[in-house]
Amino acid sequence: MDPLLIGTVLKSIIVLSIVSALAGFGTYIERKVLAFMQRRLGPTHVGPFGLLQIAADGIKLFTKEDIIPSNANKLIFSVAPAIAAATAFIAISAVPLFHTFEFTVPVINQLVIVPSVIADINIGILFVLGMMAAGLYAPLLAGMAQANKWGIIGSSRTAVQFLSYEVVTGLSVMAPIMLVGSLSLIDFNNAQADGVGSWIVWQQPVAFVLFLIAGFAETNRTPFDLLEHEAEVVSGYATEYSGLRWGMFFIGEYANMITISFLLAIIFCGGYSDIGFVAGWLAMLLKVAFFFFLMLWIRAAWPHVRPDQLMWLCWKVLMPIAVINIVITGLVVMLG
Amino acid sequence: MFELIAFYTISVLTIGLFLVTVLSKNVLYAMTALAAGMSLISGYFFMLGADFLGVVQLIVYVGAVMALYAFGMMFFDVTRDIKEKNTNGAVVFIIAGSVAVMLTMIFSMPLGINSIMTLVQPEVNATNPEAVGLVLFTKYLVPFEVAAVMLLVAMIGGIILAGKKMDDSLTSTEDDKIIDTEGL
Repeated sequence: MDPLLIGTVLKSIIVLSIVSALAGFGTYIERKVLAFMQRRLGPTHVGPFGLLQIAADGIKLFTKEDIIPSNANKLIFSVAPAIAAATAFIAISAVPLFHTFEFTVPVINQLVIVPSVIADINIGILFVLGMMAAGLYAPLLAGMAQANKWGIIGSSRTAVQFLSYEVVTGLSVMAPIMLVGSLSLIDFNNAQADGVGSWIVWQQPVAFVLFLIAGFAETNRTPFDLLEHEAEVVSGYATEYSGLRWGMFFIGEYANMITISFLLAIIFCGGYSDIGFVAGWLAMLLKVAFFFFLMLWIRAAWPHVRPDQLMWLCWKVLMPIAVINIVITGLVVMLG
Repeated sequence: MFELIAFYTISVLTIGLFLVTVLSKNVLYAMTALAAGMSLISGYFFMLGADFLGVVQLIVYVGAVMALYAFGMMFFDVTRDIKEKNTNGAVVFIIAGSVAVMLTMIFSMPLGINSIMTLVQPEVNATNPEAVGLVLFTKYLVPFEVAAVMLLVAMIGGIILAGKKMDDSLTSTEDDKIIDTEGL
């Protein structure tokens, strides 16, 4: 068998299992962090510190009755959750998560080199963003297929959200691409290998903030959680879903949060390069954990915006700033 | 071997999905098949080694079909089948006939030409986006600029059409005020 094939299959299985487990763990962390910030306790009853709450939730999701409404379009209704989970995991496949691992197998005494990225394509950043954008088809189709007014509102909000943030994501990431001169995420990491001073975030603070905001909209997090805001549209696109199908939307959402955290760390904050005595993998994990925490922090601290406010923000404020940023970066790159 | 499997899988899926797009009477099926087919076309680019164009295909059509969904949502009840009102057989006949003639011509074109050659040799050392950029900004600079101007014109036209009441927000206006200004 081809070693590349075996390696790819193994890496896919490892990433798939770890990220879905992390997605489950993410719900626990989210509840604990929110509870801490709002002076509550969060889950405490199941297991030590409520840690087994994840298992309890998992069992609940697996054993719940799977309902398909009688007026719904059954095929699309069933396919939509799979789109959410699948696109989220396909997006991760092009992200270099850690260093290239090199180790010697003890018995046969042979050096093995394992790149941590599953598919090393030289347009990684565009592929990841495009795949995550395709993930928004899940709420769109789910809302339209379920023959429920809240669902329709949820899916029209999906369209609004997509048409708003997409242009900001693309334009904001353009300036760092011009500085690095490559679309490969590995090149991004290598361009920032000389310690904290060489991080792109110092040269492109505006692009960083814009990408962060667009990332929140992309992962459907507060302050941009328009699609399923309970206080307004019951549960939006997820109103008629139950059980595992509902769970798949949330695995997709949390996997996307992890992907966006990795992207922020790699594009703007040095990626998996060593910082002084801190090993690269640890630095990467810390950065990803920080960005994940930032998402929860902002959820606890900020109210969410209206759909028209999101569109106003993206097209009238963020897009002009991104364009000006690109023009200035272009001038500096050309003259400098 | 993988390339072969991928090619046949993607070809069958693409043709099947576009058939659904054309033949289905349900708007939701038609649009979903269109979106899936458009995304699968990027697979051909990936198989040919044109990664950059593949991703561009993915990004552009994901966004474009999403806009189409917005229209579908506004105009149709997407969970019901649509009854088409077209009763004019002559129009259908002419359109279908000319499409058939065109397809026959496209498919028979390579038979008559002995030498098909590339006009622009790609740079050997350039990566995929670089190769596209080099061709676009040297040999095809004028068509590229013309396309840019056309897009700009389309964008300004869109803004003028949609921007008459851009500063009023329907969401933050009271209901009775809306009725007053619309003159209903």
